[in-house]
Amino acid sequence: METMFGIAVDGVAYGMILFIISVGLSVTLGLMRVVNLAHGAFAMVGGYVASYAAQSAGLPYGLALVVAVALTVLATLPLERLLYRRIYGSANELAQVLLTIGLTFVIVAGINYLFGPTLKRIPLPDLLTGTVQLGPKSIPTHRAFVIGAGAATLLGLWWLLERTDFGIRLRAAVDDPAMAAALGIRTERLYLATFALGTGLAALGGVLGAELLPLEPYYAIRYIVLFLAVVAVGGAGSIFGSAAAALALGIVDTAGKYLIPNFGEFFFYAALILILFRWPHGFFKGRTA
Amino acid sequence: MTSVAERDGKAGAVTRPAPLGRRRDLGWIGIPLVALAGLAAYWLLPDDLALLTRIAASALFVLSLDLVLGYGGIATLGQAAMFGTGAYAAGIVAVNWNNDPFVMLAAGGLAGGLIALATGALILHARGLTLLMLTIAVGQIVQEVANKARDWTGGSDGLSGIDPAPVLGLFRFDMFGRTSYLFALAVLVAGLLVARRIVRSPFGLACRGVKEDPLRISAIGGSPKSYLVALYGVAGVFAGVAGGLTAVTSGIVGLDSAGFPWSAEALVMLVLGGTGRLYGAVIGTAAFMGIHHILAASDPFHWMGFIGLFLIGIVLFLPGGIASGLERLGGLLRRPAGQGEGGA
Repeated sequence: METMFGIAVDGVAYGMILFIISVGLSVTLGLMRVVNLAHGAFAMVGGYVASYAAQSAGLPYGLALVVAVALTVLATLPLERLLYRRIYGSANELAQVLLTIGLTFVIVAGINYLFGPTLKRIPLPDLLTGTVQLGPKSIPTHRAFVIGAGAATLLGLWWLLERTDFGIRLRAAVDDPAMAAALGIRTERLYLATFALGTGLAALGGVLGAELLPLEPYYAIRYIVLFLAVVAVGGAGSIFGSAAAALALGIVDTAGKYLIPNFGEFFFYAALILILFRWPHGFFKGRTA
Repeated sequence: MTSVAERDGKAGAVTRPAPLGRRRDLGWIGIPLVALAGLAAYWLLPDDLALLTRIAASALFVLSLDLVLGYGGIATLGQAAMFGTGAYAAGIVAVNWNNDPFVMLAAGGLAGGLIALATGALILHARGLTLLMLTIAVGQIVQEVANKARDWTGGSDGLSGIDPAPVLGLFRFDMFGRTSYLFALAVLVAGLLVARRIVRSPFGLACRGVKEDPLRISAIGGSPKSYLVALYGVAGVFAGVAGGLTAVTSGIVGLDSAGFPWSAEALVMLVLGGTGRLYGAVIGTAAFMGIHHILAASDPFHWMGFIGLFLIGIVLFLPGGIASGLERLGGLLRRPAGQGEGGA
């Protein structure tokens, strides 16, 4: 019983981190149709900036988080202008894969040059290190914080996309970019804003998840398959699909590690093949399907 | 490369026979050039035969990816599944039953082809990100199975103790790697010839048709998916033979031979060289592994930065890869007027 509870808490927290990072990828894939393999690298950059801000510059955790997200977005916006804009659209799949792999390599090399190959930590404030009581059980505060942040991201994104002017324009551009442009929606700006949103979410997830997905230069390559799996199962452009897929994946993966440590990977990828065989557009069919 | 294919599609509507004709003479020069360059390297770089052997075996693997991607338009990040299966099959056959190098190659090719047919039939209906994920998943499963079947594959320690018999009973595999290299080069050239025959056959042309316009292929009575599955199987044989060749020449098979990084590296090599050309695979592999050999000696991260920048540059400025750059150069030299590069 104690184990089941531990699995549930760790699995949900892990799933929330996967959700925060992957939903950014899902949104950019849904709108710009770009398979961005550098998304993991952006998350990693966010984590490293926060680590530097907290450890070397001595900023408090909350401020380091904000600085990391802001700096990552600022640093990647020129990339949208210079690189990504040339490869938008589903016809450029191979160019997207190669360009973003190349970008990932450059970022990995750069991070290693600047910060070295060792594992980096983001020190947690005292507020997040203890445990919180939840009825008869107690769970680590950091896990609770991550779960809360994930839920807040989910609600915030839902509100942004369903209830704001920006969301209406974005959904219109996802459904039919040419028609949206003809109606006077400035799709170029929309793409820039969406790219910033996606990168920001990646950086946020990279910082919050530093305890679960440890920061080292190969982070960008190690976890990108995981993020892509969430998007493929969840369906590109679908927020709730991403959330459900990320949570399911997080719980299954964590349970596999606790209960059957030898065959976790195998079942994970077998399940992925079966799901994608039956539902090629994702289990939760996105708007773009 | 899809963008190239599109451009060719537009150009081809007007002057379809022309690119084929121009491609033909270059294709004919390409294979003897590879053989000659390989032999020249044998004399010029006698101390680097181990590297050259790896280049030859990898080039065959990248060639298999070119069949899938350059001629079928299937973007895959899981080609190493076939390579790894072939390598393990060849290694297991050698350790347990028969260590003749040709039997090992045949075992590798058979295993690679079978796994490609089986998985291709399962996944090739998908497109885009879904297909990429499915190919990655297949590769991960192969790697995971190899990791768990320790009794057969040695698990994470790798399968060692492969000791191939002399080639044709005459040429022993010496410690300087001379036989290894010449054997690998011969297999690569044979592979290039067979691949050339395949892509110029009616089947190869049909596959190219599926790549350009699947809808039209089904409209004229073909089944795009079965062509693609067959092509995937054929390429699986090539990848499996390449895996077997690696097992023969290196004597060891590791888990990384089926890993995702190896698939991605093959894709990078292919695109550096140029897709849809066959010999582009050889150029790309030689360039990639040669530069890697020089740069990674100091610091692997310098190498990653360099190859990343190179890759971005290729995608942005030379979408056809190094080979298309050479072709353009050749075209400029021969025809000062310059009619633009050929493709397909």
